[in-house]
Amino acid sequence: MTDKDKPILVVEGLHVHYDTGKGPAKAVNDVSFSLKPGERLGLIGESGSGKTTMATALMRLTRAPGRIAGGKVMLDGRDILAMSPRELRETRLRDIALIPQGAMSSLNPVMKLDEQMIDAILAHKPRMKRAELDARVAELLRSVGLDPSVAKRFPHELSGGMKQRAAMAIATSLAPKVIVADEPTSALDVVVQRQVMQTLGRLQDGLGAAVVLIGHDMGLIAQFADVVGVMYAGKLVEIGPVRQMIENPKHPYTKLLVESLPGIEVKQALTGIPGLPPPLVDLPPGCSFNPRCPFAFERCRTETPLLQDVAPGQRASCHLYPEHQSLPPLPVTARAQHHEARP
Amino acid sequence: MSALIELKGVTKTYGSFTALSDVTMSLSDTNPSMTAIAGESGSGKTTLARILLGFINPSVGEVFYRGKDIAKMSSAEQRQFRREVQPVFQDPFEVFNPFYRIDHVLTTPVKRYRLADSEAKARSLIEDALKRVGLRPQDTLGRFPHELSGGQRQRVMVARAVLLRPRMIVADEPVSMVDASLRATILDELRTLNRELGISIIYITHDLTTAFQICDNILVLYRGAIAEAGAVERVIGAPRHPYSQLLVSSIPLPDLDRAWGNEEIPVSEANSSRPNAGCRFAPRCPHVMDQCWQSAPPKYMPDSQRLASCFLYRDSPIAPDEDVSAVFRLPGVAPVVVGG
Ligand SMILES: Nc1ncnc2c1ncn2[C@@H]1O[C@H](COP(=O)(O)OP(=O)(O)O)[C@@H](O)[C@H]1O
Ligand SMILES: Nc1ncnc2c1ncn2[C@@H]1O[C@H](COP(=O)(O)OP(=O)(O)O)[C@@H](O)[C@H]1O
Ligand code: SF4
Ligand SMILES: [Mg+2]
Ligand SMILES: [Mg+2]
Repeated sequence: MTDKDKPILVVEGLHVHYDTGKGPAKAVNDVSFSLKPGERLGLIGESGSGKTTMATALMRLTRAPGRIAGGKVMLDGRDILAMSPRELRETRLRDIALIPQGAMSSLNPVMKLDEQMIDAILAHKPRMKRAELDARVAELLRSVGLDPSVAKRFPHELSGGMKQRAAMAIATSLAPKVIVADEPTSALDVVVQRQVMQTLGRLQDGLGAAVVLIGHDMGLIAQFADVVGVMYAGKLVEIGPVRQMIENPKHPYTKLLVESLPGIEVKQALTGIPGLPPPLVDLPPGCSFNPRCPFAFERCRTETPLLQDVAPGQRASCHLYPEHQSLPPLPVTARAQHHEARP
Repeated sequence: MSALIELKGVTKTYGSFTALSDVTMSLSDTNPSMTAIAGESGSGKTTLARILLGFINPSVGEVFYRGKDIAKMSSAEQRQFRREVQPVFQDPFEVFNPFYRIDHVLTTPVKRYRLADSEAKARSLIEDALKRVGLRPQDTLGRFPHELSGGQRQRVMVARAVLLRPRMIVADEPVSMVDASLRATILDELRTLNRELGISIIYITHDLTTAFQICDNILVLYRGAIAEAGAVERVIGAPRHPYSQLLVSSIPLPDLDRAWGNEEIPVSEANSSRPNAGCRFAPRCPHVMDQCWQSAPPKYMPDSQRLASCFLYRDSPIAPDEDVSAVFRLPGVAPVVVGG
């Protein structure tokens, strides 16, 4: 195996719980995946499905009432969840960096941008000289498409798109191997969103870093990711190459998600997925999606499906794909029939 | 023809800053339609919404509601206008008082406008309105705002508007705080209100995909001025103004054969302060010509169902009517075939 094929990030059986009065809310429930250097994973799921909890756990930044209840996060062969506090401090930002959800508001409002960036760099490179630091700040700002003069501004003097770029500059200041970006463009206009995503893509190419992009818009994820993972009620229910996930999704939830996407070619009835996700403290027995699934059968209500291969590179957790059997095509849903009936 | 609402030469300035520039438009009273207003943040969408709602007065120009200048209405007329034109805002959470049950936002308007003469009548009005927007009264009433999801809270706001039997709803980014997967159903409900109850709807958004799906017509604003307007099939299906083209090409479509491409897009922030007598889009426009810096482009009509304020169409006729609605398609009239 060459270095390029060797995964840089391996997540194994990750569990994160929030302790609530009604018992633990399993916000990340036995999630496993791996990522190669330079690869772009898009994690999609509706709000409350556990995306931010997962992003935070990858950095071991989980705070009470949340706790990591099991699993491993192997970064380049070392388990982040087992590191000493000192190792952890060194690893964050240098090897793995998070652009947090709402990063725009996470910038320190009373510090100029360059001071914030310099603080971050000095925490890892305490001996770096001022001139060198200033040069690095200018270089980082340029790398995210900002004019270096922006360094002397306060966050409130920047537009939303500029703040998001500044957050990316800070996250990449030590050239991490893995960048986790939690809904980096949710509050931005479409054009700015496209610019920010293109900037993230360029940064990543330059660094050869792997990216975990978190979002709820399949269109955006499809434009950016190589691999798409779908979260539902704390579980990773399907993962695979982007084209297969969009053109040939296997899990019924993914299928409904893809079918409900409106386009700009033909006007059609706007449909969502009926029903709501289950409360995380009280998951239904069997497959968590069974109460909303149009294909659910007896086994789905009793037995929890495991994530397993359903096509080359594609894995899904669904009883429609019994182990090691040839894969039947998914039955056509009413919506898909409706599509095909159109000329 | 008396329009439902009509804006004549409406401009809004804040000091020396022009937030909205010379908008003339009207909506048909007899054919209730759905009109999208799109544009980047700061382009004047909310300013236009607040003027339509009568929340702020234009600096120049007039607003007529069913033929009456809203600045000169009697208090009875004003009261009727306030009931018949209802807002739905972006973040419903801000509208709710966290200490009151959901019922409060629904009973208050019933009382204020004396919509019911008994408790039982009030209750049934409220329940009907909730059902209209796909909420189950028994799961909604009696709850506190934080006990509902963002999508449910937004539905309650739509139910509140429906309760007042409005002629028009102005929805300012009603689903931008709601998950992509839940937007569809809420927007579909707005469309049902339009089709079944005959409520005209203004849908303010920067999501052109949903604008295309639910609206009849669209108005694209750039820095306070109308860049392009017309039937959605034309403006979104085949945009003509370079700014609408940029917007449409930036939609993140879940279609791998329609990738964004890698060309650099000029950043808007960079040249925002530079004043120029010509086209507002000139500093970012990939097609900019000498003429574009000299004077502001008039509204040309590249075809009969749209107008575009852009010199690229200087060989097309200039729109004869100041009112942009002249190019709007009325619902019920067969859609135009793009490219046909
Ligand atoms: N601090 C917290 N205390 C209790 N529950 C929490 C907390 N933060 C998140 N949760 C629960 O965990 C679930 C996942 O949340 P989150 O990871 O933020 O989802 P997403 O980012 O996909 O919207 C939610 O159902 C939420 O209710
Ligand atoms: N009360 C106000 N005072 C000064 N400037 C304002 C005020 N309201 C809006 N503006 C400015 O007018 C422009 C248009 O704002 P707005 O209509 O809110 O745009 P949009 O809704 O398209 O984002 C913005 O540049 C905004 O800063
Ligand atoms: S008028 Fe000129 S600058 Fe403005 S959009 Fe058209 S071509 Fe571009
Ligand atoms: Mg989140
Ligand atoms: Mg606004």
